[in-house]
Amino acid sequence: MDFEPGDLVEIKTKQGTYRGVLMPKHIFSGDDIIIIKLENGYNIGIKKDDSFSMKLISKAESKKMIKKIKDHKKGLKVSVLGTGGTIASYVDYRTGAVKPAVSQEELLLAIPEIGDKYDIRSRNLFSIFSENMDVEHWKIIAKEVEKEFNDSSGIIIPHGTDTMSYTASALSFMLQNLPGPIVMVGAQRSSDRPSSDAYLNLLASLKLMETDLGEVVVTMHGTTSDSIVYAHRGVKVRKMHTSRRDAFRSINTRPIAEIGENVKFISDYRKKSGPIIPKIAMDERAILLYYYPNMDRDILYDIGSRVHGIIIAGTGLGHVSQNIIPVIRDLVRDGVFIGITSQCIYGSVNLNVYATGREMIRAGAVPLYDMLPEVAYVKMMWAMANFSNVKEIMTKNIAGEISERRVGLDYV
Amino acid sequence: MFKAGLEIHQQLDTKKLFCSCESYLSDNVQGEFRRTLRPVQSEMGEYDAAAMMESVRKRTFKYQITENSCLVEMDEEPPHEVNKEALEIAIEVSLMFHCKIVDEIHFMRKLVIDGSNTSGFQRTALVGINGYIDTEFGRISIPTVCLEEEAARKIEEREGQAVYRLDRLGIPLIEITTGADMKDPSEVKKIAQIIGYVLRSTGKVKRGLGSIRQDLNVSIDTTRVEVKGVSRLSLIDKIVKYEMERQNMLIELAKEISNRKISTDKFKIEDITDILKNSESKIIRNGISKGGRVLGIALPGFKGLLKSDKFRLGRELADVVRVLGIPGIFHSDELPNYGISAEEVNKIKDFFKLKDNDAFLMLVSDPDKAKEGLKYIIERIKAAKNGVVPETRGPKDDGTTEFLRPLPGKERMYPETDVPPIQIDSNILAKIKNSLPKSYDEKVNEIMNEYNLSKQQAEQIINESMEDKFKKLFSIYDDGNAIFRTLFNTIPELESSGMDVEKITMDILEKIFQALRQNEIVKEAIPFILEDFLRTGNIDFKKFKVLDEHDLEEIIKSIIKLNENLLNKENIEAVLMGKIMKEVKGRAEGSKVNEMLKALIKKEEK
Repeated sequence: MDFEPGDLVEIKTKQGTYRGVLMPKHIFSGDDIIIIKLENGYNIGIKKDDSFSMKLISKAESKKMIKKIKDHKKGLKVSVLGTGGTIASYVDYRTGAVKPAVSQEELLLAIPEIGDKYDIRSRNLFSIFSENMDVEHWKIIAKEVEKEFNDSSGIIIPHGTDTMSYTASALSFMLQNLPGPIVMVGAQRSSDRPSSDAYLNLLASLKLMETDLGEVVVTMHGTTSDSIVYAHRGVKVRKMHTSRRDAFRSINTRPIAEIGENVKFISDYRKKSGPIIPKIAMDERAILLYYYPNMDRDILYDIGSRVHGIIIAGTGLGHVSQNIIPVIRDLVRDGVFIGITSQCIYGSVNLNVYATGREMIRAGAVPLYDMLPEVAYVKMMWAMANFSNVKEIMTKNIAGEISERRVGLDYV
Repeated sequence: MFKAGLEIHQQLDTKKLFCSCESYLSDNVQGEFRRTLRPVQSEMGEYDAAAMMESVRKRTFKYQITENSCLVEMDEEPPHEVNKEALEIAIEVSLMFHCKIVDEIHFMRKLVIDGSNTSGFQRTALVGINGYIDTEFGRISIPTVCLEEEAARKIEEREGQAVYRLDRLGIPLIEITTGADMKDPSEVKKIAQIIGYVLRSTGKVKRGLGSIRQDLNVSIDTTRVEVKGVSRLSLIDKIVKYEMERQNMLIELAKEISNRKISTDKFKIEDITDILKNSESKIIRNGISKGGRVLGIALPGFKGLLKSDKFRLGRELADVVRVLGIPGIFHSDELPNYGISAEEVNKIKDFFKLKDNDAFLMLVSDPDKAKEGLKYIIERIKAAKNGVVPETRGPKDDGTTEFLRPLPGKERMYPETDVPPIQIDSNILAKIKNSLPKSYDEKVNEIMNEYNLSKQQAEQIINESMEDKFKKLFSIYDDGNAIFRTLFNTIPELESSGMDVEKITMDILEKIFQALRQNEIVKEAIPFILEDFLRTGNIDFKKFKVLDEHDLEEIIKSIIKLNENLLNKENIEAVLMGKIMKEVKGRAEGSKVNEMLKALIKKEEK
């Protein structure tokens, strides 16, 4: 007989008889282990021994969410484009499996505060964890966002947090002259947890929809408390902690807005304008390299000769070893763009201070100011696909990715 | 028929269950943060009843960070691997209760949204199943032994906010559940004592106030009521008695509702603020001035059911809204009173068009909360026709209990996906099996034989966890009865006479038994020495030095002389013995005194 998760079964082993609901196998479970949920709600793993037998008591019942979000047809028009990630993770209570997707309806239903204020149109573009996000996904999102703006005042994009800042950067360059805010939102604790940060972050995202913001921002918890949420400029934000709610930090600048009861703008921002100017082509022959002592020049040359552009996260002010500089010279001569950022993350690169830096410039490396390495990588793909004067575009501030000033209070 | 079961929670003396923080209570608050928790719905779109009730309160939670809490307790980092030592203790305890050890252990998340867990759930795993203990009352089943996380410590509860400290969160707990097999409060107590011993016998559990907590399940029909957190065993009798009365009352109440043919289908919530806007009642006046409304419902046929000699539904209803943060209700069985006049009561009765046998109730709070409160009250009234309601209650100091929340359902359990399943290594299992501590009965026998004591004495030593003290003192002076009398008679007597026996440390006791061993004193001196010590703060064995034969004889003689009238009477020996011992103040052995007294009386009587 075929058993499937959710079936009520009776299992007999030498140890005794157990009755419970069959659960899906855990990836770390032993090979000969069957997992069931007992009447008291606990899961246990039972080892198949010589006298193991399993009997079906009743088949799994299939139940579906019946509630649907009401079509208000009043209030501010907002589009929610789901992509997956922790914010959309849900446990299947029947089988106990963690599902990577929850409908946007479910998510929004869980926020009664929404009330009648917004007319939400929501759909899932895909259901993936963000580490699986690639350039093709960015393009799809950009196209869908452009479409949604035809009939929405703003767009909310729930997204996995791991690469959320990459997607935010991509959208910042691909779509300019925004007619409203594009708000990327994530969660560090999944939505099926009572302590999830998803609700507060989503609520803050909705509040942003009512403003005149015309940028791509990332909205995440500002502190470990459930108090304020920051809206970070999409090209100035970085995930700085693996697990904290306030993992996202604006680097070398302050966040754009602080959102508590209301939205309070705390930095300059671009106001909405439109119509949207889409430039969504990307040259994927690009790499992002983290410089380290003893980096092999031959390997660098091999990699470099296969791409059109390299972003190097150098040490300190942006340095690589003397040893590498000839390779840079050769690659640049062959037409490869080489941009320099710093693995210090905070602060700006400056290749004029030390001899190594000056030689790097002479070899053709391009210092990229205080642009974050990941942002530079995304921007370079975009610049190489849409412009011939890559160096000029890379050193010009397009979407706020380069700050001219860094002030004392903006560090960590 | 009365049935009771126990759930015992014991803190383990290891590091925390899912991180490397130390397990102790701390007063070193280094920072704080605030959170809210939301009920999460199951996939079927259903919410846990207990969670929903909590969410009505809309509380925020403030958490205090201590040096023994980290990102795990803050719910800012996934749990680390389970603490191996704690797991092994749980296995050891399971085996001592003859449980089968689960082949593969899976941690679960048990939804708790009262703020006591930053995550909104408690991590818990079933380790042992289908065990038992044999006692003189018969076999008591131990269906489950679980290993779980302790909750955060509540520091303060204010309106709309609860303050918790993270020091306690994550301390490993063993939860032992018995079957509802016990038929008598004394049986419950005995089982609790045996379980307490088994836990202590591992040598790895925390001691002291709050480190062990008992939940009591009491039912007289088929409905289970859980009384949470009975920390004192001495309360068990009272709680059982009270709960039986309460549950009997509810069963009678259900019958009465049916006899009176009362319909509980429909109740209409009415705003009666206007009637009471000039009320003398402080609670009403304050409530209204803060923007609250007085909402009430008519209760046709309920007169005398809310409060009378036989029925106390009113208290049950007040309990339900107290949990929502509404301090109380007013109902017609208690009115006029509390500043509410007869005139106002009549106006309300007129408003509701009440007849003689009808009742009403009302409460004051902010409009949303008041409405929500009445909704819960209506649900509770509807449930009254079914008798006892399954729920979680809390004990009060006087042995009564109060409603805490609905009994949470099994829907609130789901897998802790951050902790991988654990298979127990058969070598480790065998090692634990081969080095299990002695069972309760074995330990009782051992103590009886070793110290030459009765079974009852041996049990008392174990139940009060005095084994170690006893052993130490016995190694100094090998008279089990003298040690037993000192620990279980003398010291409690001194305590009940109002003295601070906390001062009697092991050091003091050891000194005394050393003196005994060296014949500086005799054991009759112990109560006098201890009393003297508690009065003066000093131990002076010289005061209690054994009298020489001559001095003793003088004392005995003088007392015989004072009581010459008793000579040749039957009870003379017993009466004089008492008087002499009082005079001797422990400076002679009783047997010696008795011997001399006998001889001297004989002499005199001749």
